[in-house]
Amino acid sequence: MSINVSGVNKKFDDFVALDNVSVDLPTGQLTALLGPSGGGKSTLLRIIAGLEDADSGTVTIEGNEATHLPPQKRNVGFVFQHYAAFKHMSVAKNVAFGLEIRKRSKADTQKRVAELLELVHLSQFGHRLPSQLSGGQRQRMALARALAVEPTVLLLDEPFGALDAKVRKELRDWLRRLHDEVHVTTVFVTHDQEEALEVADEIVVINEGRIEQIGTPDELYDQPASDFVMSFLGPVTTLDGKLVRPHDIDVHTRPEDGTGKKGRISRLLRVGFEVRLTVSLEEVGHPDVEVTVTRANQRHLGLEEGLPVWISATNEAALEPSVQAAQA
Amino acid sequence: MATDTLTADPSEAAPSAKRRRKAPPRSGYTREPAGVRWALRVITIGYVVMLVAWPTYLVFQRALEPGLGAVFDSLREPEVGHAIYLTLYITFFAVIINLVFGLTISLLLVRYDFPGKRVLSVLLDIPLSISPVVVGLALVLVYNGRDGWLGPSLEDAGFQVIFASPGMIMATVFVALPLVIREVVPVLEEIGDDQEQAARSLGANWGQTFRRVTLPGIKWAVVYGVVLSLARSIGEFGAVKIVSGNIAGQTMTASQQVEDAYQNFQQGTAYALAALLAFIAMACLVVVSFLRPKDDQS
Repeated sequence: MSINVSGVNKKFDDFVALDNVSVDLPTGQLTALLGPSGGGKSTLLRIIAGLEDADSGTVTIEGNEATHLPPQKRNVGFVFQHYAAFKHMSVAKNVAFGLEIRKRSKADTQKRVAELLELVHLSQFGHRLPSQLSGGQRQRMALARALAVEPTVLLLDEPFGALDAKVRKELRDWLRRLHDEVHVTTVFVTHDQEEALEVADEIVVINEGRIEQIGTPDELYDQPASDFVMSFLGPVTTLDGKLVRPHDIDVHTRPEDGTGKKGRISRLLRVGFEVRLTVSLEEVGHPDVEVTVTRANQRHLGLEEGLPVWISATNEAALEPSVQAAQA
Repeated sequence: MATDTLTADPSEAAPSAKRRRKAPPRSGYTREPAGVRWALRVITIGYVVMLVAWPTYLVFQRALEPGLGAVFDSLREPEVGHAIYLTLYITFFAVIINLVFGLTISLLLVRYDFPGKRVLSVLLDIPLSISPVVVGLALVLVYNGRDGWLGPSLEDAGFQVIFASPGMIMATVFVALPLVIREVVPVLEEIGDDQEQAARSLGANWGQTFRRVTLPGIKWAVVYGVVLSLARSIGEFGAVKIVSGNIAGQTMTASQQVEDAYQNFQQGTAYALAALLAFIAMACLVVVSFLRPKDDQS
């Protein structure tokens, strides 16, 4: 196990940021800490990096007890949401910072900086100041800077949070490919479930200072351990007192085999390639059901507002006894 | 595909947040009627001319009336020379001390939390609001050699504070104390501690972080604060006068010498020295106004 966090508690005044958190993060993997804002995921990352002290509990990095080590002794690379670029240094100087601190020879440093700038596609920007780069470029520079010191683990705190949607997506793909190339144990914090599902080998879902579930993206999506995980990983709706994904509901325009529930399409909204339906059921007291169908399906069935439909959950749907459904 | 886009990075324009100080032209600016605008201009210019520009000009005019040679002659009198030397000596130490303490206190105020922080912050403004004469009296109460709190024991140890340069340096440090801090604190707050954290995570210890990351970030604020406290220290009169004992040729600074000469009908010396002090202060301001735009670029 590359990083072992055990029994960590952290309070900010009265606010409990982490409540007895224990987690093992395996070597060489790309792990996402996923959860809503204020859930404690960034705090956990900062405790691993040594930028924050845990009130109690231990942190072990590559078998070394690190709980009380200052950040500069942990050999971690940290990437901040807002880049934290050294504003008065050129891009190349930024990347060289950790190497100069470690007193590497000039030639070594230059060679390594050139390699890293190549790796993050910033070779021709080495002489520029960070303020002359775009947000995405700055974050890649920050990544190269963190990788320069050959850290045992790379920690990224909402690395793409400050970027616009298109650049975000590009960088996300790129991070995945970079990780496959470099293979450094990487942990990144995100509140974007799509980002986590797409990039990570393993996801740790954190909410209200506690770990809700740990698993691969497939495990989390198919076998969510709680209503929270299920609803956080994607849209959900309630059908027959169970949480269901809106796209895991079949829609028919006539009663098929008696399993479907009868209702009426009260609202139809087309968003790009998908069509979102709101179905009001005949059953008294049943909340409206959200259903997502493809555009092709909608055309094929001739779905439109006011049309009576029969809906049922498909077989693959991950049905969960809905304990907290009423609150959600 | 993405690789190409990454290299080129087409759509994202580099935002230049650094031009913040140059505010966009205000649209409300021209809305006032012309009469009001002219009245405001006349009042402002009249105010500055009558209070600042004209009197200062007269000092220079009077100083230069007997000719440049006479000015240098009166500045070369032994008492005047000593006063100038003493002023520079006191200013040098006062500025160094204020720089060190100013930086330390600024870092403490911005980067650390401790009980009494707000009280400290308020205390630091006292020198700006309190009369320098009161500062001088307070120092005399604590450090005078006869019945002061600390004075007698210090004098027994062979260290005279009041009526000597240590007291004069202390008085000058006191009145110029907030200048470095008030310049540095807002800049420290603005740059935040992200860069410092990044430096720490890259292996830099406290000293390396301060020297390589924090200091370059606040360097222009520090320079500005130093120049301001330099100007303030050179011109200090009230507090220093009380603690110095005003002994000509020994504990008299340039500004005290101006008063002394003026009262003793040595008008030429008084104006020459006054003009010199005004010139140094103006030179400081000119230096600062050249530094400010550079501040934007850094």
